[in-house]
Amino acid sequence: MKPLEGINDFVIRFATVNGSGSASANNLFAKAVFRMGVPVSPKNIFPSNIQGLPTWYEVRVNEQGHVGRRGGVDLVVAVNGQTLRQDYDGLMPGGYFVYDASKPLDETFQRDDVVAIGIPMTTMCVASFDNAKMRPLLKNIIYVGALAALLDMEIEVLIESLRIQFRKNPKLAEPNIQALELGHGYAREHFPDTCKLTVRRRDQVGDAIMMDGNSAAALGALYAGATVTGWYPITPSTSIIEAFGHYVEQFRIEPDSGRIKAAIVQAEDELAAIGIVIGASWNGARAFTATSGPGISLMAEFLGLAYFAEIPAVLIDVQRAGPSTGMPTRTQQSDLLACAYASHGDTKHPLLFPSDPKECFEMTAAAFDLAERLQTPVIVMSDLDLGMNDHCCPPLTWDSQRRYDRGKVLDAAQLDALTTQWGRYRDIDGDGICYRTYPGTHPAKGVYFTRGTSRDEYSAYTEDSGSYVRNMERLALKWETAKTLLPPARVKIASPETRLGVVFYGSTAPAAYEAIENLHGRGIALNSLRLRAFPFQQEVWDFIQAHELVFVIEQNRDSQMRTLLINEGGLAPQQLIPITSYDGLPVASRFLTQALERALAERGIVPPRPAPGQGGVQ
Amino acid sequence: MTFFRPTFRHPELPPNAAGYSRRDYEGGISTLCAGCGHDSIGNAIIQACFELALPPHRIVKMSGIGCSSKSPAYFLGRAHGFNAVHGRMPAIATGANMANRDLIYLGVSGDGDTASIGMGQFVHAVRRSLNMLYIVMNNGCYGLTKGQYSATADKGSKGKKGGVNPLESIDLCELAIQLGAGFVARGFSGDKQQLVPLIKAGLSHTGMSFIDVISPCVTFNNNPESTKSYHWVREHSEATNTFDFVPLRQTIITEYADDTIQDVALHDGSVVHLHKHRDAPDITDRRQAIDSLEDHKAQGVILTGVLYVNPDSTDTHEILHTSERPLGSLTEADLCPGSAALAAINSAHR
Repeated sequence: MKPLEGINDFVIRFATVNGSGSASANNLFAKAVFRMGVPVSPKNIFPSNIQGLPTWYEVRVNEQGHVGRRGGVDLVVAVNGQTLRQDYDGLMPGGYFVYDASKPLDETFQRDDVVAIGIPMTTMCVASFDNAKMRPLLKNIIYVGALAALLDMEIEVLIESLRIQFRKNPKLAEPNIQALELGHGYAREHFPDTCKLTVRRRDQVGDAIMMDGNSAAALGALYAGATVTGWYPITPSTSIIEAFGHYVEQFRIEPDSGRIKAAIVQAEDELAAIGIVIGASWNGARAFTATSGPGISLMAEFLGLAYFAEIPAVLIDVQRAGPSTGMPTRTQQSDLLACAYASHGDTKHPLLFPSDPKECFEMTAAAFDLAERLQTPVIVMSDLDLGMNDHCCPPLTWDSQRRYDRGKVLDAAQLDALTTQWGRYRDIDGDGICYRTYPGTHPAKGVYFTRGTSRDEYSAYTEDSGSYVRNMERLALKWETAKTLLPPARVKIASPETRLGVVFYGSTAPAAYEAIENLHGRGIALNSLRLRAFPFQQEVWDFIQAHELVFVIEQNRDSQMRTLLINEGGLAPQQLIPITSYDGLPVASRFLTQALERALAERGIVPPRPAPGQGGVQ
Repeated sequence: MTFFRPTFRHPELPPNAAGYSRRDYEGGISTLCAGCGHDSIGNAIIQACFELALPPHRIVKMSGIGCSSKSPAYFLGRAHGFNAVHGRMPAIATGANMANRDLIYLGVSGDGDTASIGMGQFVHAVRRSLNMLYIVMNNGCYGLTKGQYSATADKGSKGKKGGVNPLESIDLCELAIQLGAGFVARGFSGDKQQLVPLIKAGLSHTGMSFIDVISPCVTFNNNPESTKSYHWVREHSEATNTFDFVPLRQTIITEYADDTIQDVALHDGSVVHLHKHRDAPDITDRRQAIDSLEDHKAQGVILTGVLYVNPDSTDTHEILHTSERPLGSLTEADLCPGSAALAAINSAHR
C-alpha cells in the first residue's frame, strides 16, 4: 500500500487525554500552518469532562481554502492509551501512525497499510526536563516538534509562535522551544523522508483571521452596544459571555471611576437569564443572553411573553447535540423548530444563521437593531462547531459611522408634540410596529402597562375577541415587515440549466460548498442557496420553484429546516430531499459528496458509483 | 368589586412636597373582590409614595401572575407597569434595574407567585441585593384558581371547605433575612398605621427591601380557623416595636413613651426610629431577628413590624461596580470601541 501523499491537503488528528494540556500544543500546530499562509481548520472533539476522558483535535490543512471538515484521518498523533486501538484502526489506508515509543507498540498493531512512526516522547522528556510538573506539557510540544519535521514545516514559525505565546513569561518559552527542537531533531534523524505529507509556505490566507464564533459573537454584542446580559453557564455558549466580559474589561471601563459600562448578571437559571434580558430591553438597554438547547427549552415561556408584549431580546443559541442533555460537547443544528416557534400559542421568532465567525459578529450586531426595530426576540443560531472552534475567515469590519437603530421609541419631546392619542399597540405606520416608551420618560404622557394578557391598542386589558384578533393580525403583519429587514439568502448558480438545487445554512456551508464543487468536478451541476434568516424571503421560494429537486442539507435527524420550509412555503414534501448528518461531529464534505451522489443515483439522475474507501473513525 | 370611584377631592387637600396631589398616585378601578386585603395594601402604597413625594412616573411597578400581581393596575397610574409571567417578576425587575438604576422599583407578588413557582427567582433576587421594594401580598392561598393552599399556608390551618393544610409553611421573612435582604418587615393589610411607614422605609432603603404583608383572602381563606383570616391575625399578632420612619432631612418629635429608642440610619440618610421594649431584639442583628420570629411562632403569635435592617447593605450595581449613569442611556460614543480597535483585534487573531 502506497503511503498517502499530499502538499497542503490532508487531515491530521491528535488523540490525547482531556485536561493534559494538549489543547495549546495542538493549537500551536494549527496556528503555525496558518502563519505559513495555508488555510487550516482545526476541530476540537472533546468530552463532557474536565479531566481524563479521550479528546481529539482534528486539523484539516487545505490550500484550496476548503475549511469544512473533510472526513477521514491521514495522520494521527496517538498519545492516549485509551484510544490507541481506535485511532490506529481508524486511519485511512496509507496513513501515518505517530505514537509514543517509550513503550513498545502491542504486537497486534499489524496493519500493513499504515506507516508507524514511533517517537519516544516520554523517555525524551524525562531525560531532558527535571521539572516533573511541566513534563506532560512539554511532551505535547515534543510531538509538535516531531510533526513539524515529518511535515517538513518551517520550525522558525513554530518557535516564533511559542515566543508570542509566552511573551509575558519568556522564561517559559525556553523549555518549550527546547522541547520543540528535541522532537524535531529526533524525527528528522530517525524518520527522514518517511512522511509524504508536506506543509509548504503559500500565500493563500491573505488578511484572514483565525477566530472562534463565540468570541466573534461577543464582539458583535460589544460593538452593538449591549450593556446588560443575563446568563446561565451552559456548554457550548459560556465562552460568549466569558469573551464579552473580557472585552468589557478592555473597552468598557470608565477612566475616572473605574466603573463598568455593562452589567453581566449570572442568573440562577435560564428562566431568569432571559427574564433579565427582557426586563432590561423593556427599560431601554440593549441586552442579550447566550445559551444552548436546554436553555432554549427553559426560556420558551418568556419568549412567548416577549413576542406577545413586543419586547426586544437578543439570544445566541449555540446549538449542541440533543435531545435532552444529549451529547453536550458535540455539535448539531437541532434547535431549529424549537427556536422558530418557541412558546405556546401562535408564536414565531426571527432567526439568523451565521456560517462563519465574521457572520457571528455581523449577525449578532444586526440582531440588536432587528430586535429593537421589530420589538421582538431575535435568535442567532450558532452551534458548537462554529462557536467553539477556530475558523479561518475574513477579518471583522465595522463602519465607525454606523448608528444603532433603536427602533420606534418616543422621548418626552416627541410625546409632547403628539397631536393624537398615543397607544402603545396602535399601528399608525401600517408596518405592524407600534411606538413604545421607556419608563420614566415623561411625568404625564406615554405611560402604559405591559402584560402577557390580551389588551387593546391602548394597552388596556381586554378579553374582547375583536381586539384580540386585531392584535394577532397586526403581529402577523409585523412578521411580513421582518422579511424586508432580514439579511437575504446567498444564491450560487452553477448552471442556469440544472434542475437540481441545494439548500443549507450555518456551519454546514463550508462542507456543503465543497461537496457541490466535488460533484461539479464529476459533471453534476448543483445550484445552491445558503439560508441566512427566518422568516424566509421571496427569493427562497423563487429558488425552490426554479428547481425540480432541492436537497436540504442539515445537521439534525429530522430535517428540521426541510420541515420549516415545507410548512412555511406550503411546498410539496417530495420536492425537498433531506440530506442529514447528525452524529455530533461537524458535517464532513466527503460524507456529503457521497450522500448527494447516492441520492442522485437513487433517482436515476446519475449512474451509481462505488463509494471510495474511508477510515473507520467517524 | 368597586365600579365607581368618586373624583371629588377636597379643594384644600394639600399637595405633597413635590407638588403632587394624592390622586396623582392612584390607579385604575380594582377588579379584586370587595374587601380584599390587597386593595388595602394598594392604598398603603399610594399613601406611602404620596407622603414620600416620589415623582410617580419615576416608579416602576412590576409583578408576576395572580390576584396580587393584578393589583399594580390599581395604583400609581402614572408609573410604567410590567405584569410578567408567573413567578418571574424578580428576573424582570433585575433586568429593568440593571438598565436604569435611577428609577424606583416596586415589585408586587403573591405567596404562590413567590413561595412556589417563583421561589428560585425570589431567593436569588434577594441574594443579589437588588435595589427594590419587594412586597408579597400573602393570603396563604391561590385566589384566582379558587382557593388552593399555597406554600405559606400554616400547617394545620383550615380552609373554607374544611380541609386541613398538612404541609410545613414557608416563612418568607425568615428566608429573606437569611439570604441577605437589607430590610425585612411583616405587615398586615388591616393595619394601615403600621403598613404605610413600613412601605416608606422599604422604599428608602438601598438594596433589597422585603415586606411580607398578610392579606386575608375574603373569598377563599377568611374563615375563623384560617391563620390568614382577618380575625385570626388580629387576635394573634404582635408588633416588634412601634416605630416612625423619618425621611431624609425631616425631624419628628416622638410621642411614644417606650423604654429605649433605637435609630437605624438608611443609606439615603433617612432614619428608622424605633421605640423598643427593653428586652426586644436588636433589629440589626440577623440571628436575633430570626430567633425572634421563631420564638413568636412557637407561641402561636405572628410578629409584625420591622424585623431586620442592615444599615450597611449594598445593591447589585455596587456589587457589579457598574457605571453610575443608567446603562440604557449610554450611546455609541460610550459603548462602541470603533473600527481601529477592531483592526487591532483582527491582528491579534492572525
